[in-house]
Amino acid sequence: MRILVQSEPFDLGDEAKKFASGHNNMGAIVTFTGVVRDLARGDLDCMEIEHYPGMTERALEKIAREALARWSLGDVLVIHRHGPLAPGDMIMMVATAAPHRKDAFEAAEYLMDYLKSRAPFWKKEISRDGADWVAAKDEDEDALTRW
Amino acid sequence: MDVLYFAWVRERIGLPKEAVETEAATVSELVEELKAREERYAVAFGDLSALRVAVDQELTDFDASIRGAREVAFFPPMTGG
Repeated sequence: MRILVQSEPFDLGDEAKKFASGHNNMGAIVTFTGVVRDLARGDLDCMEIEHYPGMTERALEKIAREALARWSLGDVLVIHRHGPLAPGDMIMMVATAAPHRKDAFEAAEYLMDYLKSRAPFWKKEISRDGADWVAAKDEDEDALTRW
Repeated sequence: MDVLYFAWVRERIGLPKEAVETEAATVSELVEELKAREERYAVAFGDLSALRVAVDQELTDFDASIRGAREVAFFPPMTGG
């Protein structure tokens, strides 16, 4: 398991390749990447991501450990950035390695569902009209009930 | 103990962290003490359904005990990913 919380960018290709190369007995590698989306108006200047140092790492580790216990997985990688990001920047990635794809896909979805509403990150969208904290969606909370 | 605030809770209260001396037994009692201090706390804690709390970096609820806790944090629902 590898958990990274950082302000620096990461290279998706490098990280995916590094993750995959360590797992020769795994038939399936799934990666998901979250990207800063522009506002509907197309005027997003910056997305600021705040987090709770210490708790963030603990929460992500707990979610990753739970995924490793629930599915037949070889490994889990989570990278999540904080600080100011621009539209198009990569915010985060998860990767799962499993002998078979069903476990890898399901575990990646589980990681994303829990990461969204149980890891202490908060997003603020800054445009020329002002700054707004992104509100949590009911559907994100509802997504947890299927697990 | 240290009391931490994140996102708009931090902005409304005007600081990220403060040391608080309290006899409060639960998170709710601590919230009542803070609300009684100043208007900006009363505003920030006006609607507890819009807030989440962590005691010693574990997500919990407002009935939770804070006896012996080192750190209590208040923040809005999380929006990671």
